Amino acid sequence: MKKRLIRFIISIVLFIAALILYKIMFPAALVLFILTYLLAGYDVIWNALRNIIRGKFFDENFLMSIATIGAFCIGEYMEAAAVMLFFQLGELFQSYAVNKSRKSIAELMDIRPDYANILKDGALVKVDPYDVNPEDVIVIQPGERIPLDGIVLEGASQLDTTALTGESLPREITPGMEIMSGCVNLNGTLTVKVTSLFEESTVSKILDLVENAGNKKSSSENFITKFSLVYTPIVVGLALLLALVPPFILQIETFSFWLERALSFLVVSCPCALVISVPLSFFGGIGGASRAGILVKGSNYLEALAQADTVVWDKTGTLTEGSFKVDKIFPASCSETTLLDFTVHGEAHSSHPISLSLQKAYGKEPDLSRISSSEVISGFGVRAIVDGKEVLVGSEKLMKENDISYSPCDEAGTLCYVAVDKTYAGCIVINDRIKKDAPESISKLRKAGISKNIMLTGDINAVGQKVGKELGMDEIHTELLPHHKVEKVEALLANRSKSRKLVFVGDGINDAPVLARADIGVAMGGLGSDVAIEAADVVIMTDEPSKLATAIRIARKTHLIARQNIIFALLIKIGILILIALGFANMWAAVFADVGVCVLAILNAMRALKISRNN
Amino acid sequence: MKRNYRIDGLDCAHCAAKMEKNVSKVKGVKEVSINFLTTKMMLDLEEDDLDATIAGIEKAVKDVDPRVTLKRA
Repeated sequence: MKKRLIRFIISIVLFIAALILYKIMFPAALVLFILTYLLAGYDVIWNALRNIIRGKFFDENFLMSIATIGAFCIGEYMEAAAVMLFFQLGELFQSYAVNKSRKSIAELMDIRPDYANILKDGALVKVDPYDVNPEDVIVIQPGERIPLDGIVLEGASQLDTTALTGESLPREITPGMEIMSGCVNLNGTLTVKVTSLFEESTVSKILDLVENAGNKKSSSENFITKFSLVYTPIVVGLALLLALVPPFILQIETFSFWLERALSFLVVSCPCALVISVPLSFFGGIGGASRAGILVKGSNYLEALAQADTVVWDKTGTLTEGSFKVDKIFPASCSETTLLDFTVHGEAHSSHPISLSLQKAYGKEPDLSRISSSEVISGFGVRAIVDGKEVLVGSEKLMKENDISYSPCDEAGTLCYVAVDKTYAGCIVINDRIKKDAPESISKLRKAGISKNIMLTGDINAVGQKVGKELGMDEIHTELLPHHKVEKVEALLANRSKSRKLVFVGDGINDAPVLARADIGVAMGGLGSDVAIEAADVVIMTDEPSKLATAIRIARKTHLIARQNIIFALLIKIGILILIALGFANMWAAVFADVGVCVLAILNAMRALKISRNN
Repeated sequence: MKRNYRIDGLDCAHCAAKMEKNVSKVKGVKEVSINFLTTKMMLDLEEDDLDATIAGIEKAVKDVDPRVTLKRA
């Protein structure tokens, strides 16, 4: 790179000297032009010769050599040297841009841990993460990358999860918590029991995803690849026709008059700008998205996301946190605290999520010695003796069955009616909380051009309607079994217009078939669920539904950049070709069409990488 | 069977397209995809005659640009 730069600078100096001498001392200028040409282009000519020997003619080196040598022959010395010079400039710039984007991609993949400190007979041994087995105990020092997934046995620390989730706030870690490989341990030493092999760890899966992201190509990439393979032969063919038909068949002007135009054609025949800028845009978009914690499995999905107009949401675990919490407490004959106290102890022997959420709200462990007996009345609730009093906790049916005069509660959610010694004590409403960023997700999506947000849930109607309305869903379908969700999505797919795409967002639990069926399946919190990573096309690493709007914004911008590049490059190239053929443009313009367009298209493509920063 | 290679020294985008086209014609190659930016070549190959297939792939790639080298990834 450096060598090439120095070579280029010397060529430029020679070229400028030649320009100055051109009018005053032509022979010296001519020598300098030839020197410039040879210095800037010796490898191009060399490659061309080598390719001719192997019978390859449609190679850019060959075309460049023909164009420039031809230009020398017809006395266009300055042009010949300039073409070679600018060709080198373009190459220089191209490799700079490619290196730069490769580097930012490498940074993205710089989450691979190099080693693990395994604890063996009381001593730490540095080993390759590949050689660590589940159940092994490893120690992670502050500043080290977590090499394998595991459960913290000892130590407290904070983790930097930026590389995995795009979340800049460090995560607090205490013993008993699961940690993911690829994060960086910030301040405390952690002793961790490994839970999976390196090949199956989070970091391997993510690296695999990112590295293979380019595997599935978008239709614009495919178009451009096919186009580039025919573009060069067509332009060369046209150049040949231009050089031969007008002077010899139509008898207009001389051969050298048309040869000059034909040679300019050859300069424009390299498809560089087209071929590089489109994949570069998509790669930039995918890279930008990963930085925001959104993994896109291929540029075809990024392209599809840009065309999305319908989003179908799963409720539990996607829009809501998927864990139950005490929402409201309505005491009837006692204080809130007393009601909760009796309810927690009445339910203390149950392991149902509801009981766990009650204990969480209660804030301390229930005192089991206060409970003298407890029985589950299947389908109704629980009967327990707490502090010598009979406590009934359960559904409305339980109250009716026991002839307790209760006042029905009209809140949506799971309702726990409580009676103490046959007297109605009150009702506790337990709900799954809506995620903090769920409401803004829907409005952001609307702004991003999604016209329809639909929610599907297996939950009961009252709860589903409440959540859906609160979020501003356009359609709400409740009480669906998993196969009903597939049917609903299939019906929506059948009715949508071909150019529009349907996105399904789920958490991967129970909805893997729908994830696979939708045009674009988006899985939430992919770090937890293997099924989701497998089935989905896009994985949102953080648990935030609002990231979908970010993903769509990135997709739209990337798509726009790619389209701009295709149209821009084609228009300029075709325009210049026409102008050259008609004699309104010379070889200088041809050089601009070739190198200038390439540089501009690359610069434009590199914008795609920067998208997530201005989020 | 799937196999991945890194193409070291791959620095021209339409060379990658040409390599992809050439490699796809090699006998024993079911599917090939070259990612210019990660310089990765992802292959799906027939199990039989693997050595011949790989030699063919190497030739197909070097035909386009003799300066590149293939490395297992």
